[in-house]
Amino acid sequence: MSAIQPEQQFEAFLAEGRFMLPRSLETGRCFWFPRVAEPGTGCTNLEWVEASGDGTVYSTTVIRQKPPTPDYNLALIDLAEGPRMMSRVEGIAPDQVRIGMKVRARVVQDGERHVVVFHPA
Amino acid sequence: MRDAFPRGQAAIVGAATYGVGTAPGLSTFDLAALASVKALSQVGLKPRDVDGLFCVVMDETLSGLNFAEYLGVRSRFNDNARTGGSSFQIQASVAALALAAGQCDVALIAYGSNQRSALGKLATSARSSPWETPYRPLRPISSYALAAARHMHQYGTTKEQLGEVAIAARKWAQLNPEAYSRDELTMEAYLGARMVADPFSVRDCCLVTDGAAAVVMTRADRARDLCERPAYLLDRKSVV
Repeated sequence: MSAIQPEQQFEAFLAEGRFMLPRSLETGRCFWFPRVAEPGTGCTNLEWVEASGDGTVYSTTVIRQKPPTPDYNLALIDLAEGPRMMSRVEGIAPDQVRIGMKVRARVVQDGERHVVVFHPA
Repeated sequence: MRDAFPRGQAAIVGAATYGVGTAPGLSTFDLAALASVKALSQVGLKPRDVDGLFCVVMDETLSGLNFAEYLGVRSRFNDNARTGGSSFQIQASVAALALAAGQCDVALIAYGSNQRSALGKLATSARSSPWETPYRPLRPISSYALAAARHMHQYGTTKEQLGEVAIAARKWAQLNPEAYSRDELTMEAYLGARMVADPFSVRDCCLVTDGAAAVVMTRADRARDLCERPAYLLDRKSVV
């Protein structure tokens, strides 16, 4: 398999509504963020696999804004596949997000791009 | 191979600050240069005597090279390594290695910031991560906030304990005539401060100020001739 193009391919999948993770064909390990070589091993034999979408909040913060701009959530999510990624939890007040909370991924449009966000499971 | 840091073989012989707090109308290099000249003059040296230059400023990608041109330094050892707020400690340890190996004789470590006067906001790194920027992190505060929130969850750390850190820092500031904020900070005022990124309020975050600092280092044998109380580097350790 030729080298993956991390940013382009990930965004193209998102535009199709798919949240994909890079996986090493040598170790079978998924990692985040997408890159051309598996961290640690340097393995470039990679494939994209669909994420289960299941996750757990590892940490959370509320970025406070000057009213009337609404505050927003910023969180680190541990994916069921292992990796930890930055995202936000929606569908709940930003200060109600709790560490350990089970969440589920959704691909949403955010301005001109698509992003992976999470909702309480 | 045995870890053989050249213990006590290099020392800081000159150290100066410039424009700490607010210093309008000066670039980061202007500020760094004023601190550098001041530190060098303490030990009777001039920029042209420097042959090891260590410089990182936020707004110059090639600070080490461009600051050499600015100061008129012809360095045989030049360092531009960016490790954020630890850059200067790292640079001091690299300078000690270079001095001990005879790769330079006079090392200058210089820094300047005009964040308060020029920007009035936090300067951040040039290229933002495509994987994190969409979530609008407020760097560097939100990175530490996420770590602190996890620490509180995992170890039971309280907001009051975080407050003790801010209050202790303020007490030190009250002893420092150059400090920007020197009024008393009470726990009540700390707990009532405006939130920025939970669990951090403005009182947990560092101030946005101007300022510059520079230190001069030489080998230990020369240090004793240059100043009365050289500060010897005994060891260094870092973990990433």
